[in-house]
Amino acid sequence: MAYKRQIDRLPIPPKDAKVHNVTCHYCIVGCGYKAYTWPRTKQGTLKDNAFGIDLSEQQGADGTWVAPSMYNVVKQDGEDVHLVVVPDKDCVVNSGLTSIRGARMAENRPSQVTGTQQQRLTDPMVWRNGTWQPTSWEDALDLVARVTARVITQGSEDDLVVSMFDHGGSAGGYENTWGTGKLYFQSMKVKNARIHNRPAYNSEVHSTRDMGVGELNYAYKDYEITDTIFMVGANSMETQTNLFLNHMRKGLENGARMVIVDPRRTLTVHTAEEIAGKENVLHLAIKPGSDMALFNAILTHIVDQGWTDKDFIEASTYRDGEAVAMDSAHPAGLGSLEYAMETCRTSPEEAAEICGVDAADIIKAAEWIAKPKEDGSRRKCVTCYEKGIIWGNDNYRTVGALVNVALATGNIGREGGGCCRLGGHQEGYYRPSDAHVGRPATYIDQLLIRGGGKVHHVWACDHYKTTLNAAEFKRVHRRRANIVKDAMDASATGTREQQVEAIVAAVNAGGLFVVDMDIIHSQIGQNAHVILPAAESNEMNLTSMNGERRLRLSEKYMDPPGQAMPDCLIAAGIARHMERVLREMGHDEYADKFKGYDWKTEEDAFMDGYHQGNPDVTYDRLRAMGNNGVQEPVVGYEGGKLVGTERLYADGKFDRHGREDKKALFCAAGWRGWQAPGKAQEQKSFRFWINNVRANIFWQNQFLDQENDFIQDRFPYPFVEMHPDDMAELSLNPGDLIEIHNENGATQGMAYPTDTAKRGQVAMVFGSPAGSQGNVVNPGVNELVLPDYKHTWGDIRKLADATPRAKAVSFKSKEYKG
Amino acid sequence: MKCKKLVDVGRRQFLRGGALAAAGAAAATVTPGQAKAAPAMAQVDYPSNRLANIADLKVNEPMDIEYPDADSPGVLLKLGQEVEGGVGPDGDIVAFSVLCPHKGYGLSYNGEDRTLNCPGHFSRFDVEAGGQQVWGHATQNLPQFTLRVDDKGDIYAEGCTDLIFGRPSNVL
Ligand code: SF4
Ligand code: FES
Repeated sequence: MAYKRQIDRLPIPPKDAKVHNVTCHYCIVGCGYKAYTWPRTKQGTLKDNAFGIDLSEQQGADGTWVAPSMYNVVKQDGEDVHLVVVPDKDCVVNSGLTSIRGARMAENRPSQVTGTQQQRLTDPMVWRNGTWQPTSWEDALDLVARVTARVITQGSEDDLVVSMFDHGGSAGGYENTWGTGKLYFQSMKVKNARIHNRPAYNSEVHSTRDMGVGELNYAYKDYEITDTIFMVGANSMETQTNLFLNHMRKGLENGARMVIVDPRRTLTVHTAEEIAGKENVLHLAIKPGSDMALFNAILTHIVDQGWTDKDFIEASTYRDGEAVAMDSAHPAGLGSLEYAMETCRTSPEEAAEICGVDAADIIKAAEWIAKPKEDGSRRKCVTCYEKGIIWGNDNYRTVGALVNVALATGNIGREGGGCCRLGGHQEGYYRPSDAHVGRPATYIDQLLIRGGGKVHHVWACDHYKTTLNAAEFKRVHRRRANIVKDAMDASATGTREQQVEAIVAAVNAGGLFVVDMDIIHSQIGQNAHVILPAAESNEMNLTSMNGERRLRLSEKYMDPPGQAMPDCLIAAGIARHMERVLREMGHDEYADKFKGYDWKTEEDAFMDGYHQGNPDVTYDRLRAMGNNGVQEPVVGYEGGKLVGTERLYADGKFDRHGREDKKALFCAAGWRGWQAPGKAQEQKSFRFWINNVRANIFWQNQFLDQENDFIQDRFPYPFVEMHPDDMAELSLNPGDLIEIHNENGATQGMAYPTDTAKRGQVAMVFGSPAGSQGNVVNPGVNELVLPDYKHTWGDIRKLADATPRAKAVSFKSKEYKG
Repeated sequence: MKCKKLVDVGRRQFLRGGALAAAGAAAATVTPGQAKAAPAMAQVDYPSNRLANIADLKVNEPMDIEYPDADSPGVLLKLGQEVEGGVGPDGDIVAFSVLCPHKGYGLSYNGEDRTLNCPGHFSRFDVEAGGQQVWGHATQNLPQFTLRVDDKGDIYAEGCTDLIFGRPSNVL
């Protein structure tokens, strides 16, 4: 039976409820919301309320409505208050729309009253007597500092491995990336670092940056005024929901066409067809990993037909052959269009062979993207891409080949243009230089597997769910952490000093001391010796920018749970304790490096970091800009308003590569089949391609939904979309529990029959706490240590009949059938 | 709705229910020593509205209904096979709100795969699985009306499982 909330009435916010600006922190789109809070004992009435409307009347479509998921009771300055979080109609990002994620912001707040998010960490915890025991910040930070200081002074900072998020939204943001960045890249120079979703400290889009093109260069409204949307390896209807519904949809309704490159028929394909008509949507269902050949053929056709933007190429791109030679830091040469064409030239027929689509469709795509209109005017095209190629085959060259098309057609920096990644979280990166990390960066998860590193600081990263070769990683990480746990148990009755001695001896004998900063007790957190509770958006002020570089201050309106605090203040606490301990140890000079963390609030961290680089921007000014904020970069402050930048490169000058000449470069993206080691062999050896995909229902916040009844009721186990005939051959019924296995490991999911799936291709939801897809992904990475999570092959076997929970689930098509 | 059919609703029954409640309140006021207004009940009082008779229903043909009042459209369905939450001799009769719990657009019934679909932003709900959202933007499953069938075969709605779009209380 479907989950019923059994709620038939909600409290009404009174007219004098406090109102706070909130940017939804779940995804890159950053929709605007308003949070209303008011005292527990007060309420508004049907006629007299904070919304200023007559609630005794049935509201029409798009009317104001508080869904039960938008309500909670939370702590504000120590008092229980009512909370309602509703979408902001005046925010240009979402115009009042919600998604299945953002509309649950209120119910995903921790509440002792309603019992939501009781999984949140509330106290610092230290491994004692065989379990995690709550303690004070002072006690926990003292242990972290003592062990860390001892290890890095005995050895070097290379013995400290740091996994740290680099994003905005969620618990990220400029405050928190600065806090950790200052600690590890300024006070220390840690080079063994990695980012939350990949095993190294690197960009996911090196090539576009090397070409001079920052990856977020447009405005969302470009989708509304373009002629063609060219989407690659992305499924925005599910994953950038209100970007699709509020901007791409308007473009399609205004007559734009859409070209979608994806091996799978996604809901975005289906929905675009519903909106624009099948004749205006071209879905190129290419063979997995063949994107680059397709882009090269499109580029070749455009060049050969003379549809390039010659003035733009002349004025804004490098014209003199090779500019950057291929080397270990550059997996392809970069230079002029003609230079790139020497390697990119691919006929539609050759590409058709490689990609498994019709040559005529490749030509059609080129026409929709670049063929001048009947009246001779140029066609506008906005290009967008995400994990399908970022986590795909030959990351560097494939992304480069796509940016080539946008550059050749002059579609960057212009209205109705842009060539952008769509993104996952919001952005919020402000750190000291990471140049010391090097390029290619160290493959951290392999370093840990090989026994490297002695202390591991983990900032809201769960390698268990977001690494490749995850099965082996988990085995080794657990074993190494257990060496330290055993040592701590054995020295439990000793003094702090004796305990530190025991830990250091254990890490010198192959153990790993793990400190985990997170909002919940994560899976990798099971290996931690110290766990530090963090606050997140809504419980702290947080600044981030969305996928069109729109910077907002999302305001704090509630207390963090228990002793939890913002990551930036945790980092400051670690720094202060490091300074004290190093001084005690007699390392005065080293200790001095940990000065400069006397922050009391997240705003102090913001002023110390982001504000230094962007002196016009302060909390007060951002607050005044409300939910529409300002698009970065901020270029001034006039008439009480921050002045931003609608789209980058409007002047035709490209600078992301740092070149003096400000000329964009083309990428010599020569096709070479599978780039990451082991992929070709695996493809030959196993029956099914295991595509990993996202679902709107728990994209980006799946860890928060582990105990959410509404979500778990829909998908009690990670779904694996399969063609019904493949299921029949394996004697599978809908909802049966299945195991996907190959030489790397195994993972578990629930079979979901899907008519539109191709035979031999299944699509498993990624990042599930209940079934880690990374278990079956081989350790092979693309150059520059970019994981190719998308390409994994395995066999499938039945584990068990559908459980009663799975039997209650709907297995109907997810496609709208109006 | 694809299938338009006039309903024997209950505006009359609804008014009668309201009138009864008012009479109760009036009676209370004349009781000596009870001059204060009656306290609000902890639970919303739903009207009991006759929606139709089983004989009016054809398998897989949706019937338009309104519940708990005329501003809240819904659908009554006989599915032909037992479903969880279904009433009647065959355990196959269900009723749902047709205001999408995302932004309140009207859902339409697809008899082929027995789902309610929203033209607003393409959410869909499975009427054979208790109104579970198959895919969509709503943060709850479809409000389902609690039904009772009497021995004459009259079908009454008497409650609702979830908050109906566009109102702070299911009974306004
Ligand atoms: S689309 Fe993204 S930002 Fe907008 S409400 Fe949904 S999760 Fe939040
Ligand atoms: S109103 Fe139904 S999907 Fe938005």
